[in-house]
Amino acid sequence: MNRPIRNLSVFCLLLFLALLLNTTYLQYWQGEKLSSLSAHPDNRRVRDHQFSQQRGAILVRGKAIAESVPSKDAYKYQRVYSQGPMYAAITGFYSRDYGVGGIEASQNGVLAGTDSRLFVNRVIDMFGNNTPKGGNITLTINPRAQRAAYAGLTALGPNVKGAVVALDPSTGRVLALVSTPTYNPNKVASHDFAAARTYKQSLGIDSNSALNNRAIEEVLPPGSTFKVVTSAAAMDKKGLRSDSLVPGGASLDLPQTTRVLRNESGGSCGGTKITLLDALRVSCNVAYGWLGMKIGQAPLETTGGGFGFGQRYFTDLDDATTRQAISRIASPGVRLDEPQQAFTGIGQFDVRATPMQMAMVAAGIANGGTVYRPYLVDQVQAPDLAVLWQAQREQLHTNVISPGVAKDLTDMMVAVVDRGTGTAARIPGVRVAGKTGTAQSAPNRPPYAWFVAFAPADTPKVAVAVLVQDAGVDRNAISGNGLAAPIARAVMEAVIR
Amino acid sequence: MSGTGAFMGFVHRRRGGAELFLLVLALAVGVGAYIAVGLGRDGTVPANTVAYAAWLAGLVIAAHVAIRLSAPYADPVLLPVVSALNGLGLAMIHRIDLAQGSSLATSQLTWTTLGVALFIAVLVLLRDHRRLQAFTYTSGLAAVVLLLLPLVPGLGKNINGARIWIHLFGFSFQPGEVAKVLLVIAFAGYLVVHRDALALAGRRLLFIDFPRGRDLGPILGMWLISLGVLVFQNDLGTSLLYFGLFVVMLYVATERPGWLVVGGGLFAAGAVFGYLALGHVQTRVADWIDPFPHNGEGPSQLVSGLYGMGWGGLTGRGLGQGSPYLTPLSWSDFIFSSIGEELGLTGAMAVIILYGLIVERSLRTALVCRDGFGKLVAAGLGVVFALQVFVVIGGVTRLIPLTGLTTPFLSHGGSSLVANWAIIGLLLRISDHARRPPPELLPGDGDVDKTQVVSLR
Repeated sequence: MNRPIRNLSVFCLLLFLALLLNTTYLQYWQGEKLSSLSAHPDNRRVRDHQFSQQRGAILVRGKAIAESVPSKDAYKYQRVYSQGPMYAAITGFYSRDYGVGGIEASQNGVLAGTDSRLFVNRVIDMFGNNTPKGGNITLTINPRAQRAAYAGLTALGPNVKGAVVALDPSTGRVLALVSTPTYNPNKVASHDFAAARTYKQSLGIDSNSALNNRAIEEVLPPGSTFKVVTSAAAMDKKGLRSDSLVPGGASLDLPQTTRVLRNESGGSCGGTKITLLDALRVSCNVAYGWLGMKIGQAPLETTGGGFGFGQRYFTDLDDATTRQAISRIASPGVRLDEPQQAFTGIGQFDVRATPMQMAMVAAGIANGGTVYRPYLVDQVQAPDLAVLWQAQREQLHTNVISPGVAKDLTDMMVAVVDRGTGTAARIPGVRVAGKTGTAQSAPNRPPYAWFVAFAPADTPKVAVAVLVQDAGVDRNAISGNGLAAPIARAVMEAVIR
Repeated sequence: MSGTGAFMGFVHRRRGGAELFLLVLALAVGVGAYIAVGLGRDGTVPANTVAYAAWLAGLVIAAHVAIRLSAPYADPVLLPVVSALNGLGLAMIHRIDLAQGSSLATSQLTWTTLGVALFIAVLVLLRDHRRLQAFTYTSGLAAVVLLLLPLVPGLGKNINGARIWIHLFGFSFQPGEVAKVLLVIAFAGYLVVHRDALALAGRRLLFIDFPRGRDLGPILGMWLISLGVLVFQNDLGTSLLYFGLFVVMLYVATERPGWLVVGGGLFAAGAVFGYLALGHVQTRVADWIDPFPHNGEGPSQLVSGLYGMGWGGLTGRGLGQGSPYLTPLSWSDFIFSSIGEELGLTGAMAVIILYGLIVERSLRTALVCRDGFGKLVAAGLGVVFALQVFVVIGGVTRLIPLTGLTTPFLSHGGSSLVANWAIIGLLLRISDHARRPPPELLPGDGDVDKTQVVSLR
């Protein structure tokens, strides 16, 4: 019987070898993957561990807008957002049960201390037997601009849907980014998990949710603010100048249909032929409908693409549910007929843009045709505040329009603010370039109020786009000038002064 | 016994001293783990460490003395290995107790004490394992009765979907664990008598002698019993264990690989039948192939165990510093994942190797044993151990589909612990017998007519 027993021993050896190999595979090769929250968000061990670590802070001009402070419960550290609702669209939240969002998510590696740039610190912590700390993130935000934007939107009412994005035209730094209605990330990050749950559920998940980042996540018809893009294309691609004459009558016949395009006022724009400058100044639909058809789809898309339409260029706030929505002039692959081109020229039909995108348009014109990629993370710092990484400006597109066109267009936009539809954005002693927009959404919904601007017009320091999606005010009271322009002015003043 | 001659030249010594030294190490593992739990969780040495250590030491010394007195030639490695495993299991259960406020470790310690008592009883009362051969059919019958007990209404209990428990006087008991030992004895007794008949060759196909058709009766009977366990008690692991055990013992007894082929074929048929006919088998297989949750559900028990082991990594979180309690049944079926999490790959490998040592030692005992019955019992016990460890550890590490079996000496559970201590007692008894030097012929004084005096010691 010994031969079978020997064979059996070999068999048992193989069984145990298989167990050893499999355990090694599981704990050594697979260990990292099993412990990765992005691959396995339901891994409570890792989640609880990270949740009880001292996370790095998110800083704005040296002041923490999100930091971990010691707490007396099992999780050791509580995430605190000192100005929670105002910065919620940027910081996002850090919760045990609902993951992370915003900068907390996109910079999780740095904040949790696992990023490769923090490797040396980790090693030192390990040998010094210190608990590893996360690194800090410094943002490009201008706190005064952020406050102005937030105050402007919330002053319209508690549940106003809107967004503000302000950029530094010459670098792409995001100076302000607000989306309302907002939420309080402190309540989502609370260690009272039942309360956090109730609060998170009350926020909802639909398009009305406060968790929606309207500044980047939602595309809406930009309405008349898009006439700036149409003007840029007309001047850069079709050789028009600010004093070129365009139709300014009461209506525009649309070919292939019996429909006509009328002005918002119902009357003419001040004559059957008006200058391009006046057309923009009074936001003449007839003129821009005609221009839309004259430019054609491809040149308009080329110019729009230069400003960032059709692209995804902003990833600093990417998390599990947030992505920068891609703005468009027409749906991909769709060929517009002439009436559709006319409506596209005035920012209707299928034109869709995020506030971020409209701020990019303003910034591109302000910067003489060079568009910089917007960014929100300025520095990555070690726990001891040593700078590990510094963001550099990065050109997204150059020569979107020629500098001469940019200058002409700036003058036209200054006229809009000085003596046109955007007078509410005037800042005494500063030349402000801007454009209003009041976009039709659906007949049963109020229109959207837009305003894009930059200032000072000659040496631009800030470009801003304001969207007020639903202010809950009377339909007739909604206009870019009435609702959005004052907010834009406040943001620009905050940066300039 | 073909190979016994190879061992004739080698005389085994008593290795009591070596065993004692290893036992001190084993005790250090058990008590050290207990202290480490306290240090890891609260930063202090548990207050009752001395009493606990004394209790464990008392058990171990009692077992050691019993071996010295009644089985002095027995294998010196087995007792230290199982002591280490048992001590580690106790510490781990204690650690999970602390996390969830239960008192499983206390009952486990009680059962350990009972297990050691039974171990000593086996050694002291059973002076010669061959006497068990007389109980071949009795133990076979007892095993079948024990297997059927959980199906008796009012007595049987359905726990976690498997009907393998009986509930009596407030105690839950898994009779299958005891049936395991009885089955090994019954198989060995039966096979050692019938091995010649079963070894007769029938058809020869592809270099393998297949058994005669008329000899297929026993294996078919065992196959049906195993299928019955699978169907009526929903217990995949036990079913596999019993059948595998029988096939392997049949192979050892007859030296005919043909039986392995027949057994393998029947196993495959049973597995296919089980998969097609039984929903819970399909669930287990599906969970094995794709265990990770989709659509945002929480992790399953298996996945939670896998997360734990992944989290443990190479060196583990440290005793008392992981979260093994997040896995359901972390103190019994999934205690191996708990060890993997807190002691890391290092600890998990150590545990697997300890199990491997037990199997190796019992197969070695089978090799050197001089009588067929002892050989079969030792080989059978070794194999049942190997299969059980493979099925349960392979299950929780996702090598094979998960089946509920206890992890010997580690899992919380009285029946398993007591039965396994009895198995070790039995193995040591056979080992003592096998390693005892053969009776020497006293030098005669030349008187050939005189009857030779044979010394028995």
